[in-house]
Amino acid sequence: MMPLLTTKGLSRNFGGLRAVDNVDFALMPGEIRAVIGPNGAGKTTFVSLVSGRIQPSSGMVVFDGADITGLPAYARVRLGVAYTFQITSVFANLSVYDNVALPVQRTLTDGRSKGAVRTGVMAALERTGLADRTHMLAGQLSYGHQRLLEVAMGLALKPRLLILDEPTQGLADSEIDNFIELVREIAKSATVLLIEHNMPVVMHLADRITVFNAGRILAEGTPEQIRANTEVQDAYLGTTHG
Amino acid sequence: MKDASPAKPYALHLGVIALLFALSFVLPDYHHGLLARIMVLAVFAMGYNMLFGYVGLLSLGHAMFFAAGLYGAGLAVIHLGWSVPAAFAVGILCGAVLSLVIGVLALRTSGVAFMIVTMMFAQVFYLVMLYLASWTGGDQGMVVPQPARVLSFGATSLELTNPTVRYMSALALFSIVLLVTLAIVRSRYGRVLVAIRENEERTKMLGYDTFSNKLAAVVVSGTICAASGAAYALLFGYVGSSFASVQYSILPLLWVLLGGAATTLGPLVGTLFMYYVVDITSGYTSAYLLIVGIALILLVLFFPKGILGTIRHRWLGWLP
Ligand SMILES: Nc1ncnc2c1ncn2[C@@H]1O[C@H](COP(=O)(O)OP(=O)(O)OP(=O)(O)O)[C@@H](O)[C@H]1O
Ligand SMILES: [Mg+2]
Repeated sequence: MMPLLTTKGLSRNFGGLRAVDNVDFALMPGEIRAVIGPNGAGKTTFVSLVSGRIQPSSGMVVFDGADITGLPAYARVRLGVAYTFQITSVFANLSVYDNVALPVQRTLTDGRSKGAVRTGVMAALERTGLADRTHMLAGQLSYGHQRLLEVAMGLALKPRLLILDEPTQGLADSEIDNFIELVREIAKSATVLLIEHNMPVVMHLADRITVFNAGRILAEGTPEQIRANTEVQDAYLGTTHG
Repeated sequence: MKDASPAKPYALHLGVIALLFALSFVLPDYHHGLLARIMVLAVFAMGYNMLFGYVGLLSLGHAMFFAAGLYGAGLAVIHLGWSVPAAFAVGILCGAVLSLVIGVLALRTSGVAFMIVTMMFAQVFYLVMLYLASWTGGDQGMVVPQPARVLSFGATSLELTNPTVRYMSALALFSIVLLVTLAIVRSRYGRVLVAIRENEERTKMLGYDTFSNKLAAVVVSGTICAASGAAYALLFGYVGSSFASVQYSILPLLWVLLGGAATTLGPLVGTLFMYYVVDITSGYTSAYLLIVGIALILLVLFFPKGILGTIRHRWLGWLP
């Protein structure tokens, strides 16, 4: 089977710092892949290179067999790469409805039918449990709900690859259980790349785990393999690298 | 609210248009003439509001779009002897082409740089109009000859110098532009424009080519402003470089701020308000500009969202 996403020698420097260092990565369609690693390991930078938010210093990104390294972010989104921000970045002054209507109307191909936007918005809001808050301003939602709105916006894009950057940060434990269910459901129709610090969530969801450290891939494997990997334990304890 | 029932906003806007129509029959001559002028300039403000209010791009060069319409229409009549409809169309076309070119260049920047770049382009435009004095009349300007300012339909003809014809022409243009802007801001495209204003980076990550969307907005905005300029030349019979000066880039900003940025009726309210404050105070004192300045400062301090923006915020959330 051909990978949905591949990166080859992907690197990004910030001044003297090599935030992503020569990363070769492959992701199979239908997978839930978790990316873990200590703070500053380069996880957000890596997925930003994939989504096109920032440009690589070198290397390439291949999506569904096509080289997308030169494509602007919006064009990648149209190909099916959706990114949800680590730092919540909903449109605070717009209603919850409008926040989700934006991605929904983008994916509508018929363009005309009046009810289509509303139907799409309500579907995404139902799935994330926000359906009773359509008319609130997004900025008035609790932090946890803003995280869910961020996911709803990603979902509404009908992505083939959904990148979630620390989606459970700030969620209450009760919300996290629902969230795990939600990701499982999303994974039925999309490949999921999940950056996550919360290890129980990772262990519950991930088919495979990739561990980043200091801009490089330190290890990759099934949850059991990663759990048993002493190098990974060292990286998390901070004894090997900075 | 975009998904709220459309009945209320449309009723309100049609009501405003009906009111302006009715006023034509009751206003004394002086105010009748002033209101015609205000409606034409409110179109200028509406064009400005499209870009400033809804997309959040602050241009300091919109005088060039107004003046492109003004000169395009005026000179077509003066030098080429074109009919009023043809001249009007040419004025609008000039604004559309100019705004497309300026948009492509200026949208490489944003924020303060965008303000400066648009101002520089407008200044170049202004100087070129002065330089081409043999064509444009320079700072003296030129009068559009009265006999040419006639709308003919077969046997009947309407003289644009007639106050009622002038008022109704101004109202017709105003109404069309008002309803067009209302339709735009309530559309999906309008939602994207607001999203760009709120967070351009996020809008890109939802799959929108924000450059193209902003460029389209610059063209819509510039074209509306040019329509206002073209109408001004044909209805009031004068073209001159003062309309291309920086003052005429700042005025629409003030009108929009006063009336309420990103409200469809704000531009009319702001233009009306400013004209009448000037009109009333200049009757009492020669220091009227001081009073106008103080009024502006007070408004910005106490109504930072402008008159209609404040009303929407406090009472009428459905106002588009
Ligand atoms: N725009 C930037 N300019 C300069 N340095 C940056 C920039 N973005 C990230 N970095 C640096 O690159 C390194 C990797 O950062 P990144 O945000 O990718 O880490 P991360 O793995 O996502 O961390 P976290 O778990 O805290 O989110 C860090 O040292 C960070 O300071
Ligand atoms: Mg990160």
